[in-house]
Amino acid sequence: MAEEQNKKPCRFWIWASASVVFRLILISFPGNLNLSSRPEVSTPLTSIRRLAEGYWLKQASMSPYAGSMYHGSPLLLSVLGPLTVQRIKGQPSHLLCSLVFVIADILSAMLLRGIGQKLQMAYGLNARLLGFLKSSRDKVILPCGDIAALVYLWNPFTIVSCVGLSTSPIETLAVILALFGAVTRRVPLAAFGFVMATHLSLYPATLAIPMIILLGYGLDAPPIKLFLQTRSVENEKSSTSTVTKQAKSKQTTHLPFLWKTVMHFLFWVLLWSLYVLVLCALSLNKYGGVEEMFKRTYGFILSIEDLSPNIGVFWYFFAEVFDFFRNFFLIVFHVNVLFMLLPLAIRLKHRPCFLAFVYLAISSILKSYPSVGDSALYLSLCALFVNELVDMKFSFFLFCGYLGISLLSPVMHNLWIWRGTGNANFYFGNAIGYACFQIVFVVESVSAMLNHDRALRRSSSNHGEVNS
Amino acid sequence: MASLVRSWIPLLILQSFLVAVAFGSKEAEQFSEALLLKPLPDRKVLAHFHFENRAPPSNSHGRHHHLFPKAISQLVQKFRVKEMELSFTQGRWNHEHWGGFDPLSSMNAKPVGVELWAVFDVPQSQVDTSWKNLTHALSGLFCASINFLESSTSYAAPTWGFGTNSDKLRYGSLPREAVCTENLTPWLKLLPCRDKDGISALMNRPSVYRGFYHSQRLHLSTVESGQEGLGSGIVLEQTLTVVLQPETTSVETNMQPSWSLSSLFGRKVVGSCVLAKSSNVYLQLEGRLGHESKNVDTEIEAHKLWKNADFDLSLKPDRVLRESSGLLFIFDIDKSSDSEPFDLGLNWKLPSKWSCQQAPLQASRFLMGSGNERGAIAILLKATESQEKLPGRELTDGRCTIKANIFQIFPWYIKVYYHTLQIFVDQQQKTDSEVLKKINVSPSTDKVSSGMLEMMLELPCEVKSAAISIEYDKGFLHIDEYPPDANQGFDIPSALISFPSHHASLDFQEELSKSPLLSSFKEKSLVRSYTEVLLVPLTTPDFSMPYNVITITCTIFALYFGSLLNVLRRRIGEEERFLKSQGKKTGGVKQLLLRLTAKIRGRPIEAPSSESPAAESSFLSTKLIFKIILIAGAAAAWQYFSTDK
Repeated sequence: MAEEQNKKPCRFWIWASASVVFRLILISFPGNLNLSSRPEVSTPLTSIRRLAEGYWLKQASMSPYAGSMYHGSPLLLSVLGPLTVQRIKGQPSHLLCSLVFVIADILSAMLLRGIGQKLQMAYGLNARLLGFLKSSRDKVILPCGDIAALVYLWNPFTIVSCVGLSTSPIETLAVILALFGAVTRRVPLAAFGFVMATHLSLYPATLAIPMIILLGYGLDAPPIKLFLQTRSVENEKSSTSTVTKQAKSKQTTHLPFLWKTVMHFLFWVLLWSLYVLVLCALSLNKYGGVEEMFKRTYGFILSIEDLSPNIGVFWYFFAEVFDFFRNFFLIVFHVNVLFMLLPLAIRLKHRPCFLAFVYLAISSILKSYPSVGDSALYLSLCALFVNELVDMKFSFFLFCGYLGISLLSPVMHNLWIWRGTGNANFYFGNAIGYACFQIVFVVESVSAMLNHDRALRRSSSNHGEVNS
Repeated sequence: MASLVRSWIPLLILQSFLVAVAFGSKEAEQFSEALLLKPLPDRKVLAHFHFENRAPPSNSHGRHHHLFPKAISQLVQKFRVKEMELSFTQGRWNHEHWGGFDPLSSMNAKPVGVELWAVFDVPQSQVDTSWKNLTHALSGLFCASINFLESSTSYAAPTWGFGTNSDKLRYGSLPREAVCTENLTPWLKLLPCRDKDGISALMNRPSVYRGFYHSQRLHLSTVESGQEGLGSGIVLEQTLTVVLQPETTSVETNMQPSWSLSSLFGRKVVGSCVLAKSSNVYLQLEGRLGHESKNVDTEIEAHKLWKNADFDLSLKPDRVLRESSGLLFIFDIDKSSDSEPFDLGLNWKLPSKWSCQQAPLQASRFLMGSGNERGAIAILLKATESQEKLPGRELTDGRCTIKANIFQIFPWYIKVYYHTLQIFVDQQQKTDSEVLKKINVSPSTDKVSSGMLEMMLELPCEVKSAAISIEYDKGFLHIDEYPPDANQGFDIPSALISFPSHHASLDFQEELSKSPLLSSFKEKSLVRSYTEVLLVPLTTPDFSMPYNVITITCTIFALYFGSLLNVLRRRIGEEERFLKSQGKKTGGVKQLLLRLTAKIRGRPIEAPSSESPAAESSFLSTKLIFKIILIAGAAAAWQYFSTDK
């Protein structure tokens, strides 16, 4: 048993380092295997080529946002910008940037592992509390941290977006950092990650809800009702049974909401966002300041000005839709991201990490400029819930779908753009398929999680009945 | 008709003279016409029509003009145009054979289509408005779609790359504009004699448009009088440059074709335009230095110049002028008449060969890359043979250098990555600091403004070739933004290469202030050349798809919203209850169906129970009707309020 325990982390490290070596091999290829030109990998927001252009413009004492090229954060520009210019002789250009992305990927994987370990512990604790583990001894808790980290590191989407010179590994790192901070209750870290993620790509702003729940109520757990039920059963049975301290604290029908931590978090969010804004204002001092930044980054995201193809469905829609209805559809589509926030939060409030995963998945479907990097993030977050989602339906079908789309998408793009034998509908059809698979994935995972809770309730009530 | 006009003309002159005397103005409006003919080394003939119309600065005329076109003076007054040039061009100037270092080519070799630039005399904030109004006025005046230059995506404000340093300069070009007679006719209308008389009578439309190159240019500049109270004078210069291929019967391929005016244009000159102050025809022969002696004073030697072993002219020139690179024969056409029309001919007797003086570097531009996603534009500068002989080289830090300015406008859908600018000199990549002396970039903004690139290169004199490449992404446009022939592609306007330290001028060493053509040649003009227009194919969306795309995308959203909400809404207890109730209901429905089938079959079974569904249905229908009325009312109210606004 102990040997196995030792073996597993060892195997994890082997696989993790293998993935890093794989990345290093890939980035040493000249021309980055042309991945940086793939629309699936680099969007107008994440393309490093545009970042280099922004940096060049800034060096030429022009606004980096002049010329509708760069739409990212000015902070990223000052960090990554100098790296795009420096070249090591004999090495492919942008090698330094690629190294930064590899490091970001490793950090994300480690943080994911940390989150996973916490979640695993919480899962075990809860299962024991509910008396769920005793009854089914043979059921092993999977090490979801290691699995998630490996899924993240070996996901082709992650590898492609890391090697393909897009800034999405850094956005991913910020999101995972926020979640990690919230899971480990490091409030300033969580606030920093949250502010950075929102600053970099706007959509993680929706994470505010799961993070507040996470900080207020604690980690993912089965619904509170179950605990009460179990306790009442246990009380009925005998008062001499050993009850853990945590169970004792849950005497009331409602879980205590830690207002103090949440206010602490909000305070730090305010502080960090002020800090970031001041930094941005300083770096854009001569070029229109923060106002220009908001207009060129968030404004660009929200108004969908760039109609170049990507794996989302918006580009073609807004290339085709009549100008008269443009604003209407812009509002409708963006509101769709927000519409489901509240219902999901109500239904999944006991599972904030899972809620965060669902929010990220939804925003990656309905994003203005999605890339495979976003999918990589939510897919690896999904791996955190392997214990809960074992009974997920259509998983093989979805796997085949993702595989098919990722194989077909370059083909269709090639047919349309390079060969000219296909037309835009080929690629758009692909994007529609991708959106459908993602939707099915989100819906099925939510449904699997709810079913899991249902099964827990049923089994615990059965358990109680059996005991009584 | 012609005789009638001719009989009227002296009267008109008399009248204008009287008016001029009456107003007591020192300078009268002047009009002069000239035609320059020049055989080209590649067996073609260049004909350059030059008309100059001067309105002196005066306040006495008010808005009245005798010779000067009223439309132009109104234009100048209304939009406060300081200087303006408009050109309509078809065909491409062959710098190699037709010359690149003489005033003729640097002024008249224009990019294909329409090119317009103007300097305004208005405050900086009003320049753009003036430009927009000017484009509309010109578009009406010349029957061309110059008004397309109104949009800010099609013009630029060059700072120094264009050669004219002014912050009130605007430049725009329309490469795809087709140029034809409908543009020439309004242009001719500005001449006092139109094409009825004088040199302009030669402009036979089929022969002009049959040429390899024709460029019709209108240049106007205002001359400040310097005196208080006087307005500004206007100089209007109209030129038409045509390159024609004379029809030849000779079988010898190296023999230059002989031609005459009537064989080139199908017409002859019958008298000058009476309103013109001077009307001359010039014949320029290049590379004839070997034949001439130092002085042409004697009659015999002069005769030798135009009738010799190589060629002879059909008419005796009035004067012969020499220049460093060739001869210039001057003919006065005042003497010609109906009975004795002016028909200049050049008859070659021996094969002859010469070459034109070329610009130090010859520019060409091309696209690189394939596919509809990205590409690169390359400008190639090749050293010409005549480069070493040229004046204008500069010594900086002990090195001999050639300066070259590159001015390029990029439409916004060509998204240029300026950081990818690469400069190769003699196939070796150079860093920016080595050769790039100055650079000015104004990046394009999507759907708002076009991009502009101005560069000053400083190349070593012994350079063989220099190449500049810059990468770009192709933009994706909204379906409304594509032109009707979307698959033809989009044009990138010509780049302008100019050599700021080289100036072309032809000095004939004579006081010829009378002839505006020669004095314009005498002025030092910047050596410039335009590159080719590039055609960039852009990806098109499916133009027939808007409805499909809208419906399919909305379906995706419905799928997302509906299925997710359905999953969230379901609860176990409710589910069981729902299942139970559904089981009951299906039973009811089955019964109902059974009853209905029974009714259809005509077997009255279970009569008492058939009453309740009927009542239910009627109840349902009233509910439905109520709903419909409610919705209709809401719609009517909405309609009422929305139309009220």
